[in-house]
Amino acid sequence: MASHSESIIREPLITGKNITYAQITNDVLRPVENMPGKAWWIGFSVASLGACLWVFAVSYTFWYGIGSWGLNKTVGWAWDITGFVWWVGIGHAGTLISAILLLFRQNWRNSINRSAEAMTIFAVICAATYVVSHMGRPWLAYWPLPLPNQFGSIWVNFNSPLVWDVFAISTYFSVSLVFWYTGLLPDLATIRDRATGIRRKIYSVLSFGWTGSVKTWQRFETVCLILAGISTPLVLSVHTIVSMDFATSLEPGWHTTIFPPYFVAGAIFSGFAMVQTLLLVTRKVLGLENYITMFHIEAMNKIILLTGSIVGVAYLTEFFIAYYSGGEYEQYTFLNRFIGPYWWAGCMMYGCNVLMTQLMWFKKIRTNIPISWVLSIVVNIGMWFERFVIIVTSLHRDFIPSSWVMFYPTWVDVSVFVGSIGLFFTMFLLFIRVLPSIAMAEVKLILKSSSEQAKKKLIDGGHLEPEQVEYYKESLTSFDSVDITDYQKR
Amino acid sequence: MSSTKYILGLFADPDEMMNGIDTLQKNSVPIYDVYTPMPIHGIERKLGIKDSRLGYAAFMFGCLGGTTIFSMAYYMLVQDWPMNIGGKPAFAIPDFIPITFEWTVLFTAFGMTLTFFYATHLFPGRTPRVMDLRATDDRFVIAIDAKGNIPHEDITNLLKEAGAVEVKHNDRKYVSYE
Repeated sequence: MASHSESIIREPLITGKNITYAQITNDVLRPVENMPGKAWWIGFSVASLGACLWVFAVSYTFWYGIGSWGLNKTVGWAWDITGFVWWVGIGHAGTLISAILLLFRQNWRNSINRSAEAMTIFAVICAATYVVSHMGRPWLAYWPLPLPNQFGSIWVNFNSPLVWDVFAISTYFSVSLVFWYTGLLPDLATIRDRATGIRRKIYSVLSFGWTGSVKTWQRFETVCLILAGISTPLVLSVHTIVSMDFATSLEPGWHTTIFPPYFVAGAIFSGFAMVQTLLLVTRKVLGLENYITMFHIEAMNKIILLTGSIVGVAYLTEFFIAYYSGGEYEQYTFLNRFIGPYWWAGCMMYGCNVLMTQLMWFKKIRTNIPISWVLSIVVNIGMWFERFVIIVTSLHRDFIPSSWVMFYPTWVDVSVFVGSIGLFFTMFLLFIRVLPSIAMAEVKLILKSSSEQAKKKLIDGGHLEPEQVEYYKESLTSFDSVDITDYQKR
Repeated sequence: MSSTKYILGLFADPDEMMNGIDTLQKNSVPIYDVYTPMPIHGIERKLGIKDSRLGYAAFMFGCLGGTTIFSMAYYMLVQDWPMNIGGKPAFAIPDFIPITFEWTVLFTAFGMTLTFFYATHLFPGRTPRVMDLRATDDRFVIAIDAKGNIPHEDITNLLKEAGAVEVKHNDRKYVSYE
């Protein structure tokens, strides 16, 4: 029931004084229904320059071949696969928020799931571009598909993790897209019913004729629940299979049985950091502080702390197992991360991912927006270096010392990577401009139970334990969108 | 004879709308449909709408997807072109698990969602059949077929008593047609 009142000790998920259903629609649709501000244009210009760089660098790769990258005989996989794993990992938070938190009935997901899912889709697009561009002959990109062919009717090898990866990533992308778009339908209908002229026609086509009748909502909820149920194992399987690209090989530093859970934790870790990076800016620029509150920021920081610590334990386990295995090549690979020529990359990996995130134990840091934002970027720098260390540092000193080399990226390597970040932000900025960045229907659902005004009414009505009310008021002091003086008067 | 086709009770609050449904049902006024900007749990029970059977469809599509890819892998790697990879068996069931899982999920997601769209008549370009434009924004709308439900004044009063902020007597079924 919509009128169910929640325990007072839970922090509010919607702040602000007179928030009505109409107010939610107006606030969320402001960037969609009005011309964008200066901040958006500046961001969009910079991001689209990055996207242009990406187009140029990828075209250059296609024209001149993979030889334009810095790969050599020993290091045959470097920035491309690093970028791929990094982007796929970032994508994982969106599905975690939309699927796993839905199954656990975490209402705070309602105001961040839309943009996190959008982020998932854009990140997987960025990842997929690496897959295609590293093929060298991208016009043959259909070869990993099990199609009947004229080359001696040989089929793809279903024993290969790379083929599993093709299936996993394509399923992940398309299922995420379906989940995201189905969730968008009610909100697209809201835009449609407020718009006029050509915009109305466009949103009318996009909203599939949504009406919001009882049966439609009932089926919609069934669909969302089942999609969440199947996306949960799906998201875990995707990074598991990505990790198997490495773990099933015979390369010291790669063939580790801990890789699947370690990669999944790392993926969620980096994904939440990217959600944090995007949303801390988005809430400010779009004025959504009442919907993406300090509770959301702190909850995400707690998940970053948890997953960062899991990643830390995985690192320690890796070192212990390398020591305990007694295999000298294995031991050397791990020692080489600290004493080899790539020691600085190892320091970035362990420092950014493990040491820096431990700061999140302090509530002052978790609830400090500028520090949280910086730390979220630090996490993603660390996670990029994690993949770089696993891939390049493991490869660059192989079994024969005569073939030991260093990897030097060319301008094309750098441009493809920097350009993919530009591509990502271009897509994200277009998204917040044309689609509602917060799932309005889902936020409206919790307005009567979990909003600050509903809780204030409960306090004003009395009948509550005074200690609980004090606890609640205390927790509100960290909220930047709450005027705490309203509570002190009494 | 009035030209009213549908009577709409517009509520600003979901609980008052639920109250409205109860009041109408107590007075034996049949409800055509209810339009809300968000899912309201409990309406379907009040209106006697059966549970969705999409779960069964999802299960069937999942079974289909898993069977399809497993059969494909069996045909391709065991029947049609078995390869000798280090003398290992061609029918390597554990290696087929990841792809079988992925296609189970893929078929479930697409099959179920397309069934939902088909059953609910949702497709790109479908003309929206909207009775009130604010039903997707901030109004919870109870629609009553005017034909046979007279006197209309009584229905209006019932809705007003239940807390409707506005009652509309629409001459057209859908306002969204231009």
